Amino acid sequence: MSEKNNIIIDIEHLSKSFGDHQVLKDISLYIRKGEFVTLLGPSGCGKTTLLRMIAGFLQPDEGKIMMEWDSRNGKTEFRDVAGIPPHQRPLNTVFQRYALFPHLDVYDNIAFGLKLQGVPKDEIDTRVRKVLKLVSMSDYEDRDVESLSGGQQQRVAIARAIVNKPKVLLLDEPLAALDLKMRQDMQIELKEMHQKLGITFIYVTHDQSEALTLSDTVVVMNEGKIQQIGTPIDIYNEPVNSFVADFIGESNILNGTMIQDRKVNFIGHDFDCVDEGFGENVPVDVVIRPEDVYLGYELEGAQFSGKVNSCVFKGVHYEMYVETDSGNELQIQDYDAFEPGRTVQMLIHPDDIQVMKKERVENVIDCTVIDDTHIEMFGEEFECAPIGKEGTSAKAHIQFSKVDLMDHEEEGNASGEVWFILYKGNHYHLTVKTESGEHLYVDTNDIWDKGDLVGIKILPEDITVEIDDEQEK
Amino acid sequence: MSKRSNWALPYFIFLVLFVVLPLVLIVVYALQDGNGGFTLSNVSRFFTDSDALSTFAVSIEVAVENTLICLLLGYPAAYILADRNLNKSAVTVILFILPMWINALMRTLATAELFNVFGFTLGKGTLLFGMVYDYLPFMIYPIYNVLLKMDKSYSEAAADLGATPIQVFGKVTLPLSMPGISSGILMVFMPTVSTFAISEFLTNNKIKLFGTIIQENINSSMWNYGAALSLIMLVIIGLTTILLGGDEREVQGGTI
Repeated sequence: MSEKNNIIIDIEHLSKSFGDHQVLKDISLYIRKGEFVTLLGPSGCGKTTLLRMIAGFLQPDEGKIMMEWDSRNGKTEFRDVAGIPPHQRPLNTVFQRYALFPHLDVYDNIAFGLKLQGVPKDEIDTRVRKVLKLVSMSDYEDRDVESLSGGQQQRVAIARAIVNKPKVLLLDEPLAALDLKMRQDMQIELKEMHQKLGITFIYVTHDQSEALTLSDTVVVMNEGKIQQIGTPIDIYNEPVNSFVADFIGESNILNGTMIQDRKVNFIGHDFDCVDEGFGENVPVDVVIRPEDVYLGYELEGAQFSGKVNSCVFKGVHYEMYVETDSGNELQIQDYDAFEPGRTVQMLIHPDDIQVMKKERVENVIDCTVIDDTHIEMFGEEFECAPIGKEGTSAKAHIQFSKVDLMDHEEEGNASGEVWFILYKGNHYHLTVKTESGEHLYVDTNDIWDKGDLVGIKILPEDITVEIDDEQEK
Repeated sequence: MSKRSNWALPYFIFLVLFVVLPLVLIVVYALQDGNGGFTLSNVSRFFTDSDALSTFAVSIEVAVENTLICLLLGYPAAYILADRNLNKSAVTVILFILPMWINALMRTLATAELFNVFGFTLGKGTLLFGMVYDYLPFMIYPIYNVLLKMDKSYSEAAADLGATPIQVFGKVTLPLSMPGISSGILMVFMPTVSTFAISEFLTNNKIKLFGTIIQENINSSMWNYGAALSLIMLVIIGLTTILLGGDEREVQGGTI
């Protein structure tokens, strides 16, 4: 337990469903005292649900939340907060749309919590003024909250929370409604405030740059699960899977093969790398950040070459798309511009190659056998290669590239929605969510948009069915 | 003048014919004697007419009582209807609003008949019952509307800052629903003052309301005094609106 000292919140195996939809799946996480933790993920990943459970607005279905607690006799203990209503929890929230009380002025909004605690009037006065100064809103105490700008309301909302000296401050996308410049200023101020106050911050955002800028620890979430927990540098440099790599910063995610320890093949070339322990000739995902590819018309030690397709000025750097000699497209950032149409030479340092275990190499889908050449999956009937074995429950194996997506839902055996798109240099790796709610992964050269409704067609010979070993008679 | 302003003309004519003109006529009749000469005697007569004054006092008393009872019954009803945890069906809301769609006279006659059947003595009690029955939906609906539209994060923020459920209600929900409450009060109090049909049917005219004496005067061709009484009532309605902070933007409860 030595690494788990100084914990203020410990979340164990938390799950939550709304109706049939499971929003959080077995979340375990601990938060250290004084830490700035960010829950990061796309909308619908469950990050806000998790925050609301910590605040006490939602109760978990399974698992528990342990919290440091000051009991009446002055001792500090660690207790399960299940069933404890929000008003008794030692934390305060900054809400997404601020939720400042419109019938109270700035002063009374901030004093709201202190008045409820029965803090003496002159102490309320000192504390409110002190916190107003901290958020640089000293002259605004008599103002009507609705007359304030978004940024000012934001400051009041933060002041209203921290004036109560909570053990933990929860922030639910607090900067989402502000414009870019204001957001950047507030990020710096929040970071300073965190250092000055020493309160633990739990911050929810979908903005990856915000998460990297502010946090001590980033928790990347997707589809109700924690994908990776780490420092911003770890998350950026060593993403554990293609989702994290794609979500954090810009990246080239490519199919590769680990030939042996410290040697990986991708885009048709062998590269030295620093990764070990994957085994030999194992398919892997390779992540190359756009700034890590070195470019030159004549480059000493060049490993491969390609042709510049486009070059766009982005302020500090140029962003180029280069087609390599093997036909993969790489996104590359460089301080120098390279002319479109020209041939360039490229080089990637071993340190800059991030190798990740493939989460999957083919689709494996639970299905029911109807007869020797027919199965039911995604709630629909599919013809398959002859099974040649008895049994009812089985698994269908389908290669990513053998799934055909149709423009019209009725053209396929089943239908679904394009859920997530990953560009892999020379093809797209799509996640299609079927109508039955299962995921089907598809490799394709066609361009689809997120949210497209598609028909799913798979040729019978491309469906290999394997009868489950443990059959009930 | 742009051409577009011409489009307002029909509404303008309507307004003049059916709102401004009747109001002017009320003022003109109220300030005339039987022969068409100018006089203030109709107005001053009210202040010396003890019969009219006591009826007026009774009317205000009944209206205040009715409004209070409607508020006490209506607020919890609206609160329950607007709470998605307590009320999951839109049908319940319709059931509460439904009486508003039936002619008030019919409802009152039916109520009177029920009292007769069950042998209740008609009087103050039956009058108030009928009034509350008639006007309750007008109290519930604006409050329900305000509560329904209220951002849930306000009460969550209050709870987050340490307020118990009762404190959340007293310090946040109730103050924020004031526009609905004042709208409801306006819609119940003012019509109650001028009503006469309910008192006629539910008390057999034992209790006379201000509306009743206006109606009696007009019916017996005493147009000038009737108009003066109407004018006095209009002034009272106007004053109530101003007193309740009747800023139109704040009275957002509305009706159906």
